[in-house]
Amino acid sequence: MLKRLTSPTVAERLERIDVPFNRYGLDPLGISRRHLGPFLSMLEVFYRRYFRVQTVGLEHVPPSGRAMVVGNHSGGLPVDGGMVMASLFLDMEPPRLVHGMVEKFANNLPFLSEWFSRVGQLTGLPEHAVRMLERERVLMVFPEGARGTGKMYKDRYSLVRFGTGFLRIALQTGTPVVPFAFIGGGEALPVVYHANGLAKLFRAPYFPVTPYGLPVPLPVPCRIHYGAPMRFEGDGTEPDDVIDGYVQQVRARIAALTEEGCAAWEAAGGVWGGER
Amino acid sequence: MKVLITGISGSMARGVARHLLDGGHEVLGIDRRPWPDAPKAIEVFRVDVRKRPAEDVFRTHRPDAVIHLATVTYFTARRDERTRINLGGTQSVWHHCARYGVKQALFIGRHTVYGAAPDAPLYRTEDEPLLAGTTFPNLADLVAADLWAGNALWRYPDVRTAVLRMVYTLGPSRRGTLASYLGGDRVPTVLGYDPLFQFMHEQDAVRAIVAALETRAHGMFNVAGPQPVPLSFLCRATGRNAVPLPGPLFPRMLGRFGFPRMPGASINHVKYPIVVDDAAFREATGFAPEYDEGETMEAFRWA
Repeated sequence: MLKRLTSPTVAERLERIDVPFNRYGLDPLGISRRHLGPFLSMLEVFYRRYFRVQTVGLEHVPPSGRAMVVGNHSGGLPVDGGMVMASLFLDMEPPRLVHGMVEKFANNLPFLSEWFSRVGQLTGLPEHAVRMLERERVLMVFPEGARGTGKMYKDRYSLVRFGTGFLRIALQTGTPVVPFAFIGGGEALPVVYHANGLAKLFRAPYFPVTPYGLPVPLPVPCRIHYGAPMRFEGDGTEPDDVIDGYVQQVRARIAALTEEGCAAWEAAGGVWGGER
Repeated sequence: MKVLITGISGSMARGVARHLLDGGHEVLGIDRRPWPDAPKAIEVFRVDVRKRPAEDVFRTHRPDAVIHLATVTYFTARRDERTRINLGGTQSVWHHCARYGVKQALFIGRHTVYGAAPDAPLYRTEDEPLLAGTTFPNLADLVAADLWAGNALWRYPDVRTAVLRMVYTLGPSRRGTLASYLGGDRVPTVLGYDPLFQFMHEQDAVRAIVAALETRAHGMFNVAGPQPVPLSFLCRATGRNAVPLPGPLFPRMLGRFGFPRMPGASINHVKYPIVVDDAAFREATGFAPEYDEGETMEAFRWA
């Protein structure tokens, strides 16, 4: 049944993806080709039709080998993560599979736990990050974490505090950091209130509420701007202030890309822009 | 080499005994249970490892090496019994080893001691903490035995000790924890969860133990076979009838309606994966499995 839900484009690109599947289409981390098909086909619909994502600067993402794409979070749900995953899979040659670092609560929830493990979206543990990079995969990191997706509408393009763990891992594993900015997420899912009671029920960090109630994203056009890869000297054992300095450089690049992206987004017509 | 195997009548121990015998070693064993068709060359002492006659086997036969396989799980023994056998037995065996000049001893443990939890990483290394005591209290005695055997590394420096944390075994004998779980008319799984299961062919497990003995492995090691597969796939490939149960119902259904009898806390092992990294063992012993995941599941299925 899952096969019928896979689009021909996705099926063709899955054949060329850099994942070491065994003869059953399973890789050692539990990623399953059978599950990737419908999952990526769903993302394709959102990427091409619903959010009509414009991606700029994909040539900055290495076509093979380890890499870390690092960006801003916006919008009450990690829609940005799905769209970054779609951009590297659908618009890159050869297609690459991005591994997110999922909030811990997701693995507690039925179905989410099953699907995320089958499509390579593992719990955000340092051990997982190091293992993925050592296997020459692409890691997607939102250093703002849940603080980032929890941003209110008015703060959608301000960056909150960055975690520093990602940079230590990048240094330790010799991984280039590719900064990116995601534009439109805040408008697609404007958060005006956090329902903390509901969040507790799901053991989630927050539960977003929009002016129209449900946390359902609107069909707002989005943009992703990738910047040139950044490499830092070191082995990950540097003192906090050195690491912090590097993290601030990454943060500044993301802020600059966000500004560039916002200007392009406004020029294209903002929420009413994009090709229809 | 003269090798004493405790728990020799168990299915895996018999395999190890035969393998060692074929390799030209002298083999003797201890077990409360009989081994009716044991090869003539293997002397089996029907004694309890924790009792005085067992010590006499060490005293009079002076083995060079000991493979401690006399441990039990909730599928075969009650709780107080398990603590006595697993922890008490391990303690006595290493005590005897030190006292009667045994040069090398292997503790055969299980990878489940790491425990399954939603925030535990895949591919756990030997320095990860053992969580099973909290996530699955029915394994607390095996965790204690594993840690105690680990202590023997510094407590008895003259006994070259290795602790092997082996993944589930699967194969034609249809014995072992995973086989018991898969063995009922219906295999209970948890709706919305599909963890990776890591297992190896029982003959590969035997070869791994022998490799650890012959290379004089020293330290703690995870022992694994081919790559892990999702539980749903394992059930399909072995022709089992998996029944996904909603989480809250799971503990209530065990032991009824054709589901196997298991402790309620085992739900964590059916929701979350326990996958170990065996790089250190492969490096130390040169071991590599002969059966891949497909062949292993087929061997179990068509036995």
